[in-house]
Amino acid sequence: MSALGVETLSHQFGGLRALNEVALEVAEGERLVILGPNGAGKTTLFNVITGLIRPTAGRITLFDQDVTALAPHRRARLGLGRTFQVTTLFPRLTVLDSVLLAVQGSDRSRFTLHRPRAAFPRLFTRAEALLEGWSLAERRDVPTRELSYGEQRQLELVLALAPSPRVLLLDEPTAGLSPAETTAVAGMIRRFPRDVTILLIEHDMDVALDLAERVIALHDGRIVAVGPRDEIKRDPRVAEIYLGIDEP
Amino acid sequence: MRAGIAVAAAVLLLVLSPLVLSSYQLGLLTKMLIFALFAMSLNLILGYAGLPSLGHAAYFGVGAYTVGLLAVKVRDNFWLDFGAGLLAAAVTSALFGLLALRARGAYLLMITLALAQVLWGIAFGWRWLTGGDDGLPGVPRPAAGLPWSFAGGPAFYYFVLVVFVALTSALWIVVRSPFGQALIGIRESERRMEVLGYDTWRYKYVAFVLAGVIAGTSGNLFVYYNGFVSPAYLSIVFSAMALIMVILGGAGTLLGPALGGAVIVLLENVISAHTERWLTVLGVIYVVVTLFAPAGIMGFVRARLGNPTG
Amino acid sequence: MTFWAIQTLNGVSFGMLLFLLAAGLSLIFGLMKILNLAHGSFYVLGAYVALSAIGATGSFLMAAAAGIATVVALGVVMERGLLRRLPHDELPQALLTFGFLLIVGDLSLAIWGGTPQTLPKPAIFETSVRVGPLVFPSYRLFVIGVGGLVGIALWILQERTRLGAMLRAAIDDADIARATGINVSVLSTGVFAFGAALAALGGIIGGPLLGVYPGADFEILLLAFVVVIVGGLGSLKGAFFGGLLVGLLDNFGKALFPQFALFTIFAPMAVILAVRPSGLFGAR
Repeated sequence: MSALGVETLSHQFGGLRALNEVALEVAEGERLVILGPNGAGKTTLFNVITGLIRPTAGRITLFDQDVTALAPHRRARLGLGRTFQVTTLFPRLTVLDSVLLAVQGSDRSRFTLHRPRAAFPRLFTRAEALLEGWSLAERRDVPTRELSYGEQRQLELVLALAPSPRVLLLDEPTAGLSPAETTAVAGMIRRFPRDVTILLIEHDMDVALDLAERVIALHDGRIVAVGPRDEIKRDPRVAEIYLGIDEP
Repeated sequence: MRAGIAVAAAVLLLVLSPLVLSSYQLGLLTKMLIFALFAMSLNLILGYAGLPSLGHAAYFGVGAYTVGLLAVKVRDNFWLDFGAGLLAAAVTSALFGLLALRARGAYLLMITLALAQVLWGIAFGWRWLTGGDDGLPGVPRPAAGLPWSFAGGPAFYYFVLVVFVALTSALWIVVRSPFGQALIGIRESERRMEVLGYDTWRYKYVAFVLAGVIAGTSGNLFVYYNGFVSPAYLSIVFSAMALIMVILGGAGTLLGPALGGAVIVLLENVISAHTERWLTVLGVIYVVVTLFAPAGIMGFVRARLGNPTG
Repeated sequence: MTFWAIQTLNGVSFGMLLFLLAAGLSLIFGLMKILNLAHGSFYVLGAYVALSAIGATGSFLMAAAAGIATVVALGVVMERGLLRRLPHDELPQALLTFGFLLIVGDLSLAIWGGTPQTLPKPAIFETSVRVGPLVFPSYRLFVIGVGGLVGIALWILQERTRLGAMLRAAIDDADIARATGINVSVLSTGVFAFGAALAALGGIIGGPLLGVYPGADFEILLLAFVVVIVGGLGSLKGAFFGGLLVGLLDNFGKALFPQFALFTIFAPMAVILAVRPSGLFGAR
């Protein structure tokens, strides 16, 4: 069973074809990296897969279930997680409160009106475990907007992990980070549970090719190359697209 | 802990007030409680869920008109009338919520205003039913079939106080619940909440209806307080007052808006005694608060105490 | 037959007034993301100032100029002096403009009193025009003409001039526009002032038809909102066709069911919200 499948996925906006009949299948536990220059359609692909944008054509399946018509929160409940290229956090909430919300989202208590959140210790246990496990425990009481940019990118990853997703879409997690921060984040991603399927959009070629098992190259909304990492590393078409785009 | 003691002290003061205040002052305090409740209801959707509404008076007014019309023209039965008022407010907010929540930001502001204005227009135009611009007088104080009547100042005050404390407690429970915390998350980043598995529309809708019912309650209380209802209760001026009460007091804090409500009622009372230009003053308050104190009184207090906001 | 013709004419002329207001509202929102609730004030203030000016000078043209100039001055002060100081957040900005709506409305009441007043028509338009068996007041045709001209001018400005191109660029992405040398700051003030001028113009030419009175600012603001909800916020086409639609509906509503007139505009608004929340021509 494939974890994620996409068939003839297209998205057209006005005269612009952001996605042109993209098709791919990702196996469970696979690490897939998506490369491509700006405007290639990578983030659009993620937006369509998570349901924030509706495709003009095509089908999306999650664990062989057709999710094309499902709202974003339903896909999330089926195990789809996401980080964003532009940090999408809760500016005024503390790190702890943010993680609590993330944990609550997949918990039965999430719509409870009549009892305080404090009455559900399992939320706090899980949140603490996440904070400890990803070295954010010391910053638990800091409002998100006071965190450094690197810490915010870390928090973004932790929030995505909180609901124990089965498929994770990471959109340029190292964007704007210093080399040290980049290494830290790459290390984080490498430590994610092995059974989680990961799709990674990444501009930093070193990070990308280090984490990848399989690589897809996107250009103008089309897949131009697909294959195992070592093959793609040597593919001339990919090099051509990336001529001049060398990191950081 | 400090907050708990402060609240207990405040409640004690409120309970003892009829013993020290003149009947005029007690009447004013009653009015302050009613509008504090109105402001807190708006705060649930504005301060906690981040939904800006310029038409919150719709539910206030619907409650008031329902109670007023039933009490004067049908049957003066407190439980029936009050209950009907709440039901009417609930139905109105349920209906309006379906339309309004398809929008966000500026659109939401416009739509909520337009919807409330439609109700205002009906109240204004439907003279034979509502009395039009002249309003509907003669609404008696509730007789709840209890051993004491609510007609007198102190008795009515305690009635309002009980409702106020009950609903404030309910709000306190709701904002500390997982539901309430989710509302805050939606305010901070709805997109993030969606991809975390939250059906954000459902949260917003429930909050919207809850806010409408509480606004309706305060409208019910107000028509009993005044003995009178007019289209003004549905007007943009009332909606705007609720809005500035929330912002002045501190949006997103539980009691800030109650404070804001009390301050505005007090100011209106004092200023209207000396000049007819209360609306100009209200407008200036708007400009000054948005420019210099967007976090309101509570925000100011918290900054002084060194607490982070939110 | 005559009834329908007259009502249609009235509806269209009213629609043109609504277009003037909605266009300004849309422009301001499109560029600056500000929902200008004081737009109703601009309408009413323009009319009141023109009223006083006509009383003083007897010239409609001078009165119109005075009205527009006053409102433009107010708009510039609002935008440059106050709105700029706020963070780019929709609610605080809307609230500030709302404060102005209250202030101007109340001060107008204090200055010009509570009795409804009408502006006198310019003498040349005191006539009627004969079209077949129908007789139309020429002033209404004048209003339609002004509306149409403004519409065409705005369209040309938007699509065919450099100014329009700069405007579209700034609406699209203000930072990039700034980087290419477009003075977004001046453009913002200009757009705000221009929107205010359109509203004032609406109030002035609408004055002889609708009069001006306390509460007119709220009423026209509400209608302008319905127009942009139906037509789409940020769209010139939406303002024009939305204005026509709402103008006709409101007019027929008042003529046919005077007690429930608001329903006739409520219904299409609700339908649009249910079916196409971003409006007929809206983006987003």
